[in-house]
Amino acid sequence: MSGWIDKQKNILDFTFSSILRRKGKNIALLLVYTLIVFLLASVMFLTYSIKEEASTILKDSPDMIVQKISAGRHDPIPLSYMEKIKEIRGISSVKGRLWGYYYDPITGANYTFMVPEKFPHEPGEIEIGQGVSRVRATFPGDALDFRTWDGKVINLEVKKVFSAESELVSSDLILISEEDFRLLFGGSGDRVTDLVLRVRNPKEIPTIAVKIAELLPDTRIILREEILRTYDAVFSWRGGILILILAGAVLAFIILSWDKASGLSQEERKEIGILKAIGWETSDVILMKFWEGMAISLSAFLAGIILAYIHVFFASSSLFEPVLKGWAVLYPQFKLVPFIDASQVVALFFLTVVPYTVATLIPSWRAATVDPDSVMRA
Amino acid sequence: MIAMIQLDNVKKTFNLGRPNEFVALQGVNLSVEANKITVFKGPSGSGKTTLLSLVGCMSRPTSGRIHLLDREITSLPERFLTEIRRKTFGFIFQQYNLIQGVTALENVMVPAYPSGEKFSTMKKRAMDLLDIFNISSKADSQVERLSGGEMQRVAIARALMNNPQVVIADEPTAHLDTPMSKEFMEIMGRLKESSKTVLIASHDPVVSESPLVDCVWNLRDGKIEGEAG
Repeated sequence: MSGWIDKQKNILDFTFSSILRRKGKNIALLLVYTLIVFLLASVMFLTYSIKEEASTILKDSPDMIVQKISAGRHDPIPLSYMEKIKEIRGISSVKGRLWGYYYDPITGANYTFMVPEKFPHEPGEIEIGQGVSRVRATFPGDALDFRTWDGKVINLEVKKVFSAESELVSSDLILISEEDFRLLFGGSGDRVTDLVLRVRNPKEIPTIAVKIAELLPDTRIILREEILRTYDAVFSWRGGILILILAGAVLAFIILSWDKASGLSQEERKEIGILKAIGWETSDVILMKFWEGMAISLSAFLAGIILAYIHVFFASSSLFEPVLKGWAVLYPQFKLVPFIDASQVVALFFLTVVPYTVATLIPSWRAATVDPDSVMRA
Repeated sequence: MIAMIQLDNVKKTFNLGRPNEFVALQGVNLSVEANKITVFKGPSGSGKTTLLSLVGCMSRPTSGRIHLLDREITSLPERFLTEIRRKTFGFIFQQYNLIQGVTALENVMVPAYPSGEKFSTMKKRAMDLLDIFNISSKADSQVERLSGGEMQRVAIARALMNNPQVVIADEPTAHLDTPMSKEFMEIMGRLKESSKTVLIASHDPVVSESPLVDCVWNLRDGKIEGEAG
């Protein structure tokens, strides 16, 4: 057994020496390979993390949201609708919600204003998310000006910068009192943005949704599962778009690496001939080439994955943000919670490392089975 | 005396059945004795290299048999031939065929890599060999930086790395001047004294006429013309 291990070590030693002897070719290949893995892994990590974050956020979200629709657009919903909905059996609670978007021309960002169920501060005070704090360089004790619906300016004092479980939602969030909300956005006191419902038995959600739709035909009902599916679809779609864009680069890489891996140079062929002539078996030569292929592809794979991890979870995926966050290009910067789908990493491994390693073996086998006599005639 | 190597009616044809078919060896019968220096002499194209490659299990004859210490090796599978080649023969090629970009020490060690020996053991043996040939000071030099004579000594050391019974040298003095050719023959003489069998293909008179040589065979047009001197 120890003899076998020593043999592997010796051949590995020669392999690394061989890689270093062809530095130029191998470094070029390593860099391109790493770049491809980095790009593909970044897309995978970002897409999966955002979907997982969405799932985390929606964990505690209401079972159902009811919105009033007017001419196909979302309109404030009358509080009277709440009374009608309460009469439907199976609903445990119905509450009105006040929230809205505010465009900040200073930063180009959209903030989400929301009136929480219990606001712990007085009118004139707000809590802001970390993203807002970052882009406006605003901290507790500072004040922010906002332009109201009728052109006036209100000044609101920041009482707290909160950190939530997920910055994906909280980053641009501003919690405000109802009074200030209505001052900022207008609207009458008998309407709210939408209604949120909780249902006693989750299996009855579809049935209750149908009843609400019949009762209030000018509303639309959004189920939690549908939001999750939408997130999934949107980010899978966007991730797919990116992969398609990268497909050209991936294809170029496949052609390049196949060409490099499957064609041995004259020098490499001669080297294999010499090894055969001085007593290396065909299997020893193939083993050496296998280690060579693995060393390059595995190094590139690991480097690409690590760089992708840093890119997505520490550098906020700066390369892909515009594509994957769509209109939310005005989104404040946020840090994703690292979520990695191991099956995707394994799939990437088998799509990159394995084909390259195999591609190096074919020409090596061909060269290794050649008659070593030709070496003497070189 | 039992022949170390025996060739019985060995024939080698290249590109058999093709328009460029070429008969390199025509029915060669030959015995090589152990612990002797045997030289195969002849002009270019006479079949010397082909003969050495057949003897050294680097290729197979088209017909005929080759015996190594009474064991017929002609029909052995490739894997066994490789093992015999590694354990029995040490080669010194005409162009040395050292691996470029690699140090002299590593070039000497390369034949032993697949043997499963400990790296430290191989390294010590390789250094000892370089020392024997007075080239240990160049152990860490890349071979392309060595002179012709130094490269040849590295090639000889490499040939001896696996302690073979038979050393085969193909035109070893082709790139050497007379003094260095004589020095090469002295090294071969030392190998003979250490009970090795040496086969040399050469048309250099410094080699074939050396007093250290025990037997010279003339080759012409793929045939053995006879033993010379």
